Amino acid sequence: MKTIDCSVITEQVARLCIEANIHLGDDVCAALKYARDRETSVQGREMLRLLLDNAAVAREESLPLCQDTGFAVVFVELGNEVWITGGSLIEAINRGVRQGYTEGYLRCSICDPLTRKNTGDNTPAVVHIELVPGDTLKITVAPKGGGSENMSRIAMLNPSQGRQGIEDFVVASVREAGANPCPPVIVGVGIGGTFEEAALLAKKALLRPVGTANSDPELACMEHELFAAINRLGIGPQGLGGDTTCLAVHILKHPCHIASLPVAVNINCHAHRHKEIIL
Amino acid sequence: MGDILLAPPLTDETVERLKAGDRVFISGDIYTARDTAHKRLVELLVRGEPLPFPLNGQIIYYTGPTPAPPGKPIGSCGPTTSSRMDAYTPRLLQEGLKLTIGKGARSPEVITALKQYCAVYCAAIGGAGALIAKCVKKAEVIAYGDLGPEAVMRLTVDRMPVIVINDVYGNDLYRQVIAAAAP
Repeated sequence: MKTIDCSVITEQVARLCIEANIHLGDDVCAALKYARDRETSVQGREMLRLLLDNAAVAREESLPLCQDTGFAVVFVELGNEVWITGGSLIEAINRGVRQGYTEGYLRCSICDPLTRKNTGDNTPAVVHIELVPGDTLKITVAPKGGGSENMSRIAMLNPSQGRQGIEDFVVASVREAGANPCPPVIVGVGIGGTFEEAALLAKKALLRPVGTANSDPELACMEHELFAAINRLGIGPQGLGGDTTCLAVHILKHPCHIASLPVAVNINCHAHRHKEIIL
Repeated sequence: MGDILLAPPLTDETVERLKAGDRVFISGDIYTARDTAHKRLVELLVRGEPLPFPLNGQIIYYTGPTPAPPGKPIGSCGPTTSSRMDAYTPRLLQEGLKLTIGKGARSPEVITALKQYCAVYCAAIGGAGALIAKCVKKAEVIAYGDLGPEAVMRLTVDRMPVIVINDVYGNDLYRQVIAAAAP
């Protein structure tokens, strides 16, 4: 049994919120550079260059990459041999979000859905907890911007629509989104499960490092096809035209009901932020 | 082609010279406003009450910046999605607003109103909030401070880069690039 105190969790969540918002991951930087060197549109190339400049300025000046520092989405993998002391895990995470967003000069963007009154400290976080074997606690903080989140789509397809139906839906979702989610985007796709499971898979798919291959060969093949089809749309960086509408397509699947074929699309912008720690 | 420089207040003649696809640099005072601020501005107009800042010839930037860290006038301040302001924009254009800055496509109603009231819509670089912050020399909350990041601010900007998406002639840069890519 391993003991982890809530104060440690709070401190780490606060740090991850700040780091995720200021430091663009090496995987995304590498993908932006790769795209910049291959983009055939002059305007598109210029936009990719400016996005890399933005990442450099953010890092140098300790400024958030984007003013939308996002909804604090937190994925937790809790080992069954971990004992959390000093309070509740959820409260510890929310304290960390509060601390990170206020001390890190991050924007507090969470409000009541009806009155639209801001909660003032970017809480509550959305927390997804998974129980796993072992004695470690893994916390991933993935701040999610509203502009790209608003372009999410879910469809309960007819099983007869099959793989083609899935691909058509994903491409149509990115086409409809156009310039809104700040392309180039990373496209998370969840296939199967139930209504809510498909949406969660789509979001979880975004966490895989950009540039790594899907371990499932069939999904890897679909990712390649979708990547090519989306980049043929011509939306390009910032919607100003070009070959780089997406940097990656990531898919996760789960078995579904014999009557169903759920498909969810969760789009993330180029400010593709997530940081993790294993305690 | 040389850089196009704009400084508000803008005249109809200046706006008419802008074409979809032009890269433009803005210097001078502009105003920030997002969702709730727009709702309040339009409510004031409906009631016939005065606005907290003049609209005639002015520029509104759709942004909600991060808090200014010590020693800086503003935090990260990139554009937010413009379509959320579509419902309010025609009414503000009617009052003389000449240029709006955000990201993403506008509704047919806004595009028609841009032609009708001689105004343009421009995009700033979405997700480049740290870079854009370097163009902001001064920032001051002038209304709706209770809205926090959604308050109306007056920003003094120097050579802030934007691209014209919708001009007064009905051109739409986003549509043009998609049409050009169609097989």
